Amino acid sequence: MRLQLSDEDVAFREEMREFFTTKVSKEIRDTVAARHELTKEQIVEAQQALNAGGIAVPNWPVEWGGKDWTPLQRHIWHEEMQLANVPIPLAFNAGMVGPVIAAFGSQELKERFLPKTANLDIWWSQGFSEPDSGSDLASLRTTAVKEGDEYVVNGQKTWTTLGQYGDWIFNLVRTDPEAKKQAGISFLLIDMTTPGVTVRPIELIDGGFEVNEVFFDNVRVPAENLVGEENKGWDYAKFLLGNERVGVAPVGATKRSLSAAKDYAKTAGPGGTSLLDDPLYASQIADLENELLALELTALRVVAHSTDGKPHPASSVLKLRGTELQQAVTELYVDMGGPASLASGAGPESDLADWNKVSTPYYLNFRKASIYGGSNEIQRTIIAGTILGLRG
Amino acid sequence: MDFTLDAEQVALRDAVRGLLGKSYESSETRRAVTKQDPGWDEKTWAQLAEMGALGLPFAEADGGMGAGPVEVSIVAEEIGRVIAPEPYVEAVVLAGGLIAAAGTDEQRAEILGALSEGTLVPVFAHNEPGQRYSEAGAGVTATKSGDAWTLTGVKEPVIGGARADLLIVSAAVDGGTGLFLVKPDAEGLTRDGYATFEGGRAARIGLNATPATPLGEAGDQSGVIAKVIAEAQIAYGHESLGAMQSALEQTTEYLKTRKQFGVPLSTFQALTFRAADMYVELELARSVVTWATLVLLDGGDAQEAASRAKLQVSKAGRHIGKEAIQLHGGIGMTAEYSVGHFTSRLTAIDHTLGDGRHHLALLVERLDDHGVIEPLP
Repeated sequence: MRLQLSDEDVAFREEMREFFTTKVSKEIRDTVAARHELTKEQIVEAQQALNAGGIAVPNWPVEWGGKDWTPLQRHIWHEEMQLANVPIPLAFNAGMVGPVIAAFGSQELKERFLPKTANLDIWWSQGFSEPDSGSDLASLRTTAVKEGDEYVVNGQKTWTTLGQYGDWIFNLVRTDPEAKKQAGISFLLIDMTTPGVTVRPIELIDGGFEVNEVFFDNVRVPAENLVGEENKGWDYAKFLLGNERVGVAPVGATKRSLSAAKDYAKTAGPGGTSLLDDPLYASQIADLENELLALELTALRVVAHSTDGKPHPASSVLKLRGTELQQAVTELYVDMGGPASLASGAGPESDLADWNKVSTPYYLNFRKASIYGGSNEIQRTIIAGTILGLRG
Repeated sequence: MDFTLDAEQVALRDAVRGLLGKSYESSETRRAVTKQDPGWDEKTWAQLAEMGALGLPFAEADGGMGAGPVEVSIVAEEIGRVIAPEPYVEAVVLAGGLIAAAGTDEQRAEILGALSEGTLVPVFAHNEPGQRYSEAGAGVTATKSGDAWTLTGVKEPVIGGARADLLIVSAAVDGGTGLFLVKPDAEGLTRDGYATFEGGRAARIGLNATPATPLGEAGDQSGVIAKVIAEAQIAYGHESLGAMQSALEQTTEYLKTRKQFGVPLSTFQALTFRAADMYVELELARSVVTWATLVLLDGGDAQEAASRAKLQVSKAGRHIGKEAIQLHGGIGMTAEYSVGHFTSRLTAIDHTLGDGRHHLALLVERLDDHGVIEPLP
């Protein structure tokens, strides 16, 4: 047992720190630090800066721009990026469709899509969820019927995050309606400018438009856009969702956010006094810090013990507790603001601190974290079933 | 960075697990042992000594094994796994640690040698009525007359105090807190032993002009006390991990086998989700406690690490202990069944050397020292 990083990993950490704080514009990092929404252009710019440095898609095969890093190095990359307020590469591109195309796509699909996906020249959307499917993804109903060398797609996807920016969408579609539910699903890439594709934004409780409905009305898709084999899409989706576990606990971002809360707390009390002198706030913050330490150390145990791509059993803990803590910190901001937290619509003439204006929308927005990516109830089911062996 | 045990450490763990598994193969054995004084099994203690477990942290020159905090943590965790009543953390880590840190060459060789061999059990007499988790021992006064020292005051509860062969007593001296060796048969000393709720033993130790020998230098030893207490807090964290692991395993097994309404309890999601949350708490606590041991190994800030470990273990131990009983239902309440004993022991450990609330308050004092917490050096 040993706590210290190897000299090599320490050097790696320094290299990452240096890169993130010098190669990504300060304006973007300040926007993230202030918890303001990034524009599409800023997200693209940040990812292109990382891609220019060769570190946007380290989890891909080396041939396609990936890095032969250890799980620990990938963890360090991810944490340092968040600590430096650098937006992580767009998950749909870097974490989801890219690895699937690299692993299961034809050579032609790889050449056509992977470089543009890494560089965010194509903005991908995810077409998995449907109105009635929720966490029961395999119950999806959108169909793709083969006609000659085309698929004709009909149906509806929902919760399509940032779909308004999407150039292409990767979908799970039902290609064999007779097969039992997982067996008749395929993985299909669709150009969102194709006639018949309609994107409708959904307003959320924070007042933002982060998710969308996507309708497919007789959309004709070239058959060559099928990834891998027909009716094997569920396997690819499972592969994709398995990848999603890596970095699923946003420890770095939550740590940074809590540390900023501590700074804000110093003048957030009545008359500009420090809320850190309030024992209830102080103990809540200290307790959250300790829980985050526990989470980070658990993440380190998981990456240190992940071999051959098999995740450590404790990895389910990360999503579950990671999102709970992420949410707890957003709630702390609202509480610290008190009445000032009502001022979400205040403009530049407002006397209130900027963090007050974003805190409540942020808190409301982050209720999503325990729902998406396999709700926390799904995580508990996984822990009970696969780790504890408690199967209903 | 590496969180795995090496081959020798795995061998140590397996050996201790084997020994304690035989000594306490059922909760009935443990109950029988804890019903009679001294509350633990002298034979098991001797076997631990024979195996080298009692001398692990001490220098070879002092009769020990020259091992480190990781090896100590392995034994503590195995103690906790079967909640063996042997006073491992109390005698080896806490009392032994004080002697190793503060004792003269002669004191170390004499006492630690005998402790390692299992022939002498020292304990730390530090708690005082009216105090809580203080590092000072101000309620006992030390008086010097010529070259001789005497102590007056009361220590209680002194864990293992009735059976101990040697007491290390903290007492107020000029400029702070000193440490003194006191023989249980010394003049003016009274000890009244009693059982504690989890099957342990404690005592009231009365001192009335009782002759004492300074441990090491006859001055303020509060730095040593704080450091060794931190080591013991972390070791207790490992003992708790063992107990929590067993409580969870036993609960999981029960949910799989116990039938209600014609089906196993594991078919009820309300119950399996609660078991999943117990697992989450255990893994998070394991991470912090293991880290704290590595901080010790690394020579980092032991007190902060110990507080972090104690806080996490306090929360996890309460959660797991209470849920283990609840998920068992009525059987969990009975003394014949072991799951409640884990909860009892976890409760006792929580209130030894600072509970979660106490350590949270210590962490609050440090809240402004840092921006984010960096777990890796």
